Amino acid sequence: MNIHWILLIVLFLSGPVWAGEARPLADDPVAEQRLKHLAVELRCLVCQNQTLADSNAPLAEDLRREVREMIAKNMNDQEIIEFLTARYGDFVLYRPPLKATTTLLWVGPFVLVIVGATALVVTLRRRAAKVVDVPVTEDEHRRVEQLLADGGKRS
Amino acid sequence: MNRFLLPLSIFIVVVVFLGIGLKLNPREIPSPLVGKAAPDFSQPQLFEPTKVFAPADMKGKVWLLNFWASWCSGCKTEHPVLMDLAKSGYVPIYGMDYKDQRDEAMTWLSRWGNPYPIVGVDDAGRVGINYGVYGVPETYVIDKQGVIRYKQIGPLDPDTVEKKIVPLVKQLEAQ
Repeated sequence: MNIHWILLIVLFLSGPVWAGEARPLADDPVAEQRLKHLAVELRCLVCQNQTLADSNAPLAEDLRREVREMIAKNMNDQEIIEFLTARYGDFVLYRPPLKATTTLLWVGPFVLVIVGATALVVTLRRRAAKVVDVPVTEDEHRRVEQLLADGGKRS
Repeated sequence: MNRFLLPLSIFIVVVVFLGIGLKLNPREIPSPLVGKAAPDFSQPQLFEPTKVFAPADMKGKVWLLNFWASWCSGCKTEHPVLMDLAKSGYVPIYGMDYKDQRDEAMTWLSRWGNPYPIVGVDDAGRVGINYGVYGVPETYVIDKQGVIRYKQIGPLDPDTVEKKIVPLVKQLEAQ
């Protein structure tokens, strides 16, 4: 056994020691599970396209601390979400509730789909109406045969 | 001509919406606290840590609550505006030192000037959370009954002070 093996073993053994930095997360696994579950539903207000769970902004850390404390106080999810929306508005929620101010947000896409589908159907119908069925006469049929035969010879 | 009318009008509508979207500032999130009672707190004062600063002491006065920090560059931008407003005497500006080091905050104020009669200390950022602060500086106009009437997100500028803050304060004073 040479020195390389010993170094390798030392390297692997030291892994869990470094991992100790994120300690507070492991304190209460049930509470952390709830925090995680809540935090992915909440928007970080500083980096607005990140969830509270993903963000490293100081405010996100503070808000996670608040949520952790509320979980420790045995508040339910509804109460915690109400606490945050009372302060930061519906914007903190990734799934905002259906309200007068958010109707366009919720209904808008469906309205657009309906408008688009209607426009598509109307256009297709109009186009179909324009195309008139004209039967091919015997004469024309013969000409096509003739032309095809000529084309075959040429090549 | 008719063939182009529909695509053109759709294009114009899209451009108008995109134009409005560009002008909106995503940092400005409407606060649900405007029109509601200012959240209560009781924080130690920056210069006299044994004394507390609480909104209850401010009942019957129209006042501004300004969240700031010595580490915040926007606060430096805003600072001359606050100094001018404080000097004008229209409305008292109370400070809340948000997530800051006490000594650095005091150095900052002695260096640039202190527009605040009292500065509270919010080192853990809890008062900030109760006020829905998500980035300093933020300023609240609070009326005689202790109701938040206006929230400024980001630095105050002379234009906002002149056109919004001062008229609002005068109107609230008259009530």
